[in-house]
Amino acid sequence: MLTALLIGFPLLAALLVFFTRGNGARNLALAASIVEFIISLAALYQFRNNPGSALLRFDCVWVQSLGIHFSVMIDGLSILMVLLTTFLVPLIILTSYSNTYTNSQNFYGLMLLMQMALVGVFVAQDGFLFYVFWELALIPIYFICLMWGGENRGAITFKFFVYTLFGSLFMLVGLIYLYNHTNVEGMKSWAVQDLYNAGKSLNANQQGILFWLIFIAFAIKMPIFPFHTWQPDTYVNAPTQGTMLLSGIMLKMGTFGVIKWLLPVVPLGLEKWGGTAIGLSVIGIVYASCIAIVQKDFKRLIAYSSIAHVGLISAGILACNQQGIQGALMQMLAHGVNVVGLFFIADILFLHTGTREMSNLGGIRSMNGNFAVLFLIVVLGSVALPLTNGFVGEFLLINGVYQYSAIIAAFAGLTVILGAVYMLRSYQTIMLGERKDSNITFGPLAMTDKAVLIIICAVIIAFGVYPKPLNDIAEQATRTILTTIK
Amino acid sequence: MKGLLIISGLGILAMLAEIFKFKKLLLPLVLIGIVAAYALNYFEWSNGMSFHYFDNMISFDNKAIAFSGIILVTAFFWFILANDYFEEESNLVDHFALVLFALVGALMLTAFTNMTTLFLGIEIMSIPMYVLAASKKKDMRSNEAGFKYLIMGSFASAFLLFGIALIYGASGSFDILEIRKYIGEHSADMPMFFYVGVVMMLVAMCFKVSAAPFHFWAPDVYEGSPTLIAALMSTVVKTAAFAAFMRLFLVGFAEVSHIWTGILAAVVALSLVIANFTAAMQSSVKRMLAYSSISHAAFMLMVIMANVRSNISLDAIIYYSLAYSIGSITSFGILYNVTKGGNENFTAFNGLGKRNPFLGICMTVAMLSLAGIPVTAGFFAKYFVFTTVIGTHYQWLLILAVITSAVGAYYYLKIIIAMYFKAQEDQSPVVMEGSNKMVIILTTVLTLVIGIAPGLVAEMFKF
Repeated sequence: MLTALLIGFPLLAALLVFFTRGNGARNLALAASIVEFIISLAALYQFRNNPGSALLRFDCVWVQSLGIHFSVMIDGLSILMVLLTTFLVPLIILTSYSNTYTNSQNFYGLMLLMQMALVGVFVAQDGFLFYVFWELALIPIYFICLMWGGENRGAITFKFFVYTLFGSLFMLVGLIYLYNHTNVEGMKSWAVQDLYNAGKSLNANQQGILFWLIFIAFAIKMPIFPFHTWQPDTYVNAPTQGTMLLSGIMLKMGTFGVIKWLLPVVPLGLEKWGGTAIGLSVIGIVYASCIAIVQKDFKRLIAYSSIAHVGLISAGILACNQQGIQGALMQMLAHGVNVVGLFFIADILFLHTGTREMSNLGGIRSMNGNFAVLFLIVVLGSVALPLTNGFVGEFLLINGVYQYSAIIAAFAGLTVILGAVYMLRSYQTIMLGERKDSNITFGPLAMTDKAVLIIICAVIIAFGVYPKPLNDIAEQATRTILTTIK
Repeated sequence: MKGLLIISGLGILAMLAEIFKFKKLLLPLVLIGIVAAYALNYFEWSNGMSFHYFDNMISFDNKAIAFSGIILVTAFFWFILANDYFEEESNLVDHFALVLFALVGALMLTAFTNMTTLFLGIEIMSIPMYVLAASKKKDMRSNEAGFKYLIMGSFASAFLLFGIALIYGASGSFDILEIRKYIGEHSADMPMFFYVGVVMMLVAMCFKVSAAPFHFWAPDVYEGSPTLIAALMSTVVKTAAFAAFMRLFLVGFAEVSHIWTGILAAVVALSLVIANFTAAMQSSVKRMLAYSSISHAAFMLMVIMANVRSNISLDAIIYYSLAYSIGSITSFGILYNVTKGGNENFTAFNGLGKRNPFLGICMTVAMLSLAGIPVTAGFFAKYFVFTTVIGTHYQWLLILAVITSAVGAYYYLKIIIAMYFKAQEDQSPVVMEGSNKMVIILTTVLTLVIGIAPGLVAEMFKF
């Protein structure tokens, strides 16, 4: 019931927000997303104390004749993702307080709709339902980017939409193929467990085809080299909040999808093609890191760094061992928080100075020391310094990939070094040194902006120092997944 | 059957309206008539029996009733949408009668069991459409459309007739069930010209549903005809042609499927590729919708192919027709209102999201439905097609369909982008009749309702 509430509440809130006017929309959206966060905490509490609780499941028939159920459940895997979503959405809404959007009721309404779809993706226990939420998540973000995006948004959002739709349709074909092979007492079924069984009953060749049909959708969403070409432009052109949704949460749909909807379905396919997919991920890491190093635009740099990070996550998942997947889960949480922080900082820089070109900036630390400290913490989190949240995940990930192959791990490990190069260097150019342009000023931060950054930094440090609670859940969830696969 | 009679009666009544001066009453009468026809249809449905009429020339079984139901629903919406169109034109009564007679032909096509009824149905439906296509008498393009449609249509009819003659020559019967029996008994020693006849009929039917490479007439005719007549072509006419196609090939020629499925597969592949890629390059919305209708035709043909051996899911094609018809009515209705100024290009939609947010949202839903995005009706339509085809030998077609669907999203999104992204050129508000607004709301809501609860429709049409 709680799970259904987690989906239904943002939907209702979104409908309300669509009909409010002015600043009311923004406050209402913030309040709704905070309530949603509290609901998800209640779900977490339930999950910790009583994982089998009926409160965490909800199942009703959607289309009888097709065996489609509206079946949702919170397990260890989904509670992490749901928490990430419900934690980030209020923050993202808060970041928009120093900015006014035209037709803001639509903006916030779409954002809440997006939240509904994202939570739906993470808790769906029915293949069809998963697909529907997966596609639904695309529509609000498409309109957010199209209506409030940057200059060239028409062509860019279009590329983004068609690219992801293309992948999704292949996944739909793959899922239908699986569904046709399910057999529960002579009936077909969309339930996740039945789909797992159906997948395993296929031979290695069929599983290989299925692997690519489904993987391509996830690979585009993450994105993995060579399916990444939509990503940098879209991230740069989307409004900041849209970029945050895309990189902070939506990207995780892809990695989450691989863990839950790919690995347990096609173990043989993974054996056959996993190496290729890991190879692509690692190429992506090195490639994106190198491009990030030469970027001049800070927002674009973060976009490329995101490709590098997700490449490592995907390699860890596809290595398919305890450390790899557990590390991926931890890194997904950390990356979600850090990348939202980074994009927010890029936005603050742009609003205060009017430029994102790093070469024009410099010496901002002398103008606003507090900001410099907060920025530094986020940067350190994203380069995975020990005692920040990024460290646990990255360490486990490289460990996991190493068990798969030492050589690949060596290349994957480059992400740490190259990441430090481009992140620290950009920090240096932007914040330290002399002011390059005396016209550029940087006043004090707005209250809300400061609050968001402080919350993000607090989380970065808190889960860097004491990752145990989340790590325990991740460890348990990984174990469950691995037993399903074996 | 009673529905068919009522609609025929309405057609005659419409012709009398001029003489007895009840022009104003005509529209309400027609609407009541359609509702009555639908209701009588429904009672025949709940009887669950198949009725044969006129010495087995027509048989209203459940499939026929389902298709005629879709046709009547779309016709109902269409007449409300078209009311001010009729007032503008001088020969109001003629047009009413013509559309009603086209409707009679369409209903006959859903229920024929004899090839003479098939031919009659096609002609009764097509001839009024030729006239209607040319009904903007002073417009060159409308004249061209009518003329082109007539020439090409007659050509196809000739093919059809020739095919019928050849098949009659071989089997000695016009009755499709008799022909089926004949094929079963003589599968070894059928004359060559029987097969030629089947292929000729296939060509003629592909022409009528405007599948590539027999589609060339469609974009020109859609573009030239008045917008609402194009709407009628892409909904009522198309649904009827499909019902006929299905009956003829799945009932009559199922046993010789090896002859026609290969050709049909090529037709589907061509239609998917040509329609989607050409649609992406159009600047006129009407032409784009014409190509989009070709690509939807290909999807429905795919279901027919998949059903040859296993009669599994004809509900897929019925759901598809419904979803497509409703989506088309919305989009043509909006197109009609937006393009009253004469500009029929994508630019006509520029800034519509601001100019008239209501139309913007409805058009968005219609486009998403035609593109097949959840939770609209179009998504489930596509889903049903995928599930039907995936278990057959035509998986390569399925992959092609997936790729071209992604291309398809391009041109549907082009309208959405124009509405929300492009600056508006025309500041004037869109003038719209209340009745039009009502139809657009109803069809949009229906698109969402059967998209969210497809069971409402899909379970009704389980055969």
